[in-house]
Amino acid sequence: MQRILNNPDNIVDEMLEGFLKTHGDIVKKTSNPRVVAAKAAPVQGKVGVVTGGGSGHKPAFIGYVGKNLCDAAAVGEICSSPTAVAFLDAFKAADGGAGVACLYGNYSGDNMNVKMAVKMAKKEGLTVKTVIANDDVASAPKDQREKRRGVAGEILMWKCGGAKAAKGGSLDEVIAAAQKAIDNTRSVGIGLTPCTLPAVGHPNFEIKDGTMEVGIGHHGEPGIEVCPLETAAQMAKRMTDIVLPDYPFESGDEVVVLVSGLGATPVMELYVLYNEVEKILTEKGIKIHKPLVGNYFTSLDMMGATLTIMKLDDELKELIDMPVYSMGLKEE
Amino acid sequence: MKNSFANAEGKSILLKMVKAIQDNKAYLGDIDGLIGDGDHGMNMNKGFTVFEERFADQDFGFTEGLDDLGMILLNEIGGSMGPIYGTILMGMAEQGEDLEEIGLEEFSGMLEHGLSELQTIIEAQVGDKTLVDTLSPAVDSLKKALEQGETFDKALDDMKTAAEAGRDSTKDLVAKFGRSSRLGERSRGVLDAGATSCCLILCAMADGIKELL
Repeated sequence: MQRILNNPDNIVDEMLEGFLKTHGDIVKKTSNPRVVAAKAAPVQGKVGVVTGGGSGHKPAFIGYVGKNLCDAAAVGEICSSPTAVAFLDAFKAADGGAGVACLYGNYSGDNMNVKMAVKMAKKEGLTVKTVIANDDVASAPKDQREKRRGVAGEILMWKCGGAKAAKGGSLDEVIAAAQKAIDNTRSVGIGLTPCTLPAVGHPNFEIKDGTMEVGIGHHGEPGIEVCPLETAAQMAKRMTDIVLPDYPFESGDEVVVLVSGLGATPVMELYVLYNEVEKILTEKGIKIHKPLVGNYFTSLDMMGATLTIMKLDDELKELIDMPVYSMGLKEE
Repeated sequence: MKNSFANAEGKSILLKMVKAIQDNKAYLGDIDGLIGDGDHGMNMNKGFTVFEERFADQDFGFTEGLDDLGMILLNEIGGSMGPIYGTILMGMAEQGEDLEEIGLEEFSGMLEHGLSELQTIIEAQVGDKTLVDTLSPAVDSLKKALEQGETFDKALDDMKTAAEAGRDSTKDLVAKFGRSSRLGERSRGVLDAGATSCCLILCAMADGIKELL
């Protein structure tokens, strides 16, 4: 294992120390070492926006704490939900007196810990409402959408929820905007290599050379199909064939397209993939309002990419165009 | 042989549970890697080892230790296993905290309370390929031993057998909860990592108690 480490068991704490030293203009420490807050949080009178999840997905989750995005994020071990107390402390760090919107992904650990944290917050007189992202098309059939995992589409949910809160929206309005954002979003991933948890030291699943796993999850959850490695054009076709009909996205729609690397794929290859996706969408008459290409939501050192498409309406367009300043997303 | 042990002398039981998890860190990670994400052994080991580092030099009783360990898992480890084991162990501690002597009836009541507390946070039932497949038959076996008037020692042996059979039953099941549930049929043929760690913990707990009888 060729990695930059001290004791692998301390990687999350040491990463956090380095992150806070680097991004002091955006984020700050809180009393809980596993909670990172935006520098200005809490903003009095504004709905607090909170997220959280396991580590290993940089820039997610703490990379989306910042201006007009999330106010605080709870940080878990690698690929493991933050504790209920970390979520609770994140709620408190974000609370400006107008309630807290907790926007997170659909994983059993996160669901349990958030549920416990919301209960604890209620006892302390803090109102928290949740939206659970489930944009990963490959993780369950459409009629069981509530079982689908949340993946890179979460970024667009945070962007819309964060913008709505920054514009002075009420807790219910922030929740409705975030829910609409994720309901309008679909994603799929293709994995080319497995990832290695530093403390485990070897990959815990296999993707054979010359093959790729279609529909892979952000923690290496098996996909829907393993097939021979394809060209970028064929991958783009395969990914759009899964994502487009599920919503469905159609001619005349305006969309955000997010191509995220899974960690170890060179960024230049992501542009090659985006180039092919753009051709397909343009040919179908789908208008790309905003493209995002880069390592936005990764899976340790996995090679591969996710494709996320979100359909915009007037409200979502206004929210998605709002300037943001975070480590993971800086837009003027 | 005694038929009960003093709550205040239960520290050795907790340390046995810690050792069982530490010794099986890699094994649990490997099982979890087959249909999960491979972090189960690592996270369990981290939580149990934090407990050992913090409390090994102190005096504590059985229920006190269960409460402290549960609190560490819940508040410091997270994941799915933090709230799950935290809830079970703290539920057991809550039921038994006022006891001076713990016999079969008391222990059975404690484990049953741990299970019922767990069921307030998860919906999994027996057959869903989770640790409930280990824990539920273990509780049933203690209740049955109590009805039949077994000794505590024999009841603990029976509980171990029931837990092991429950763990092994997960191999042929299809996961309905947790991360592996997304695999459907492909989760068949592999032990559930939570059912396996639950069996390790219950067996270590039983062995630790047996040494005190």
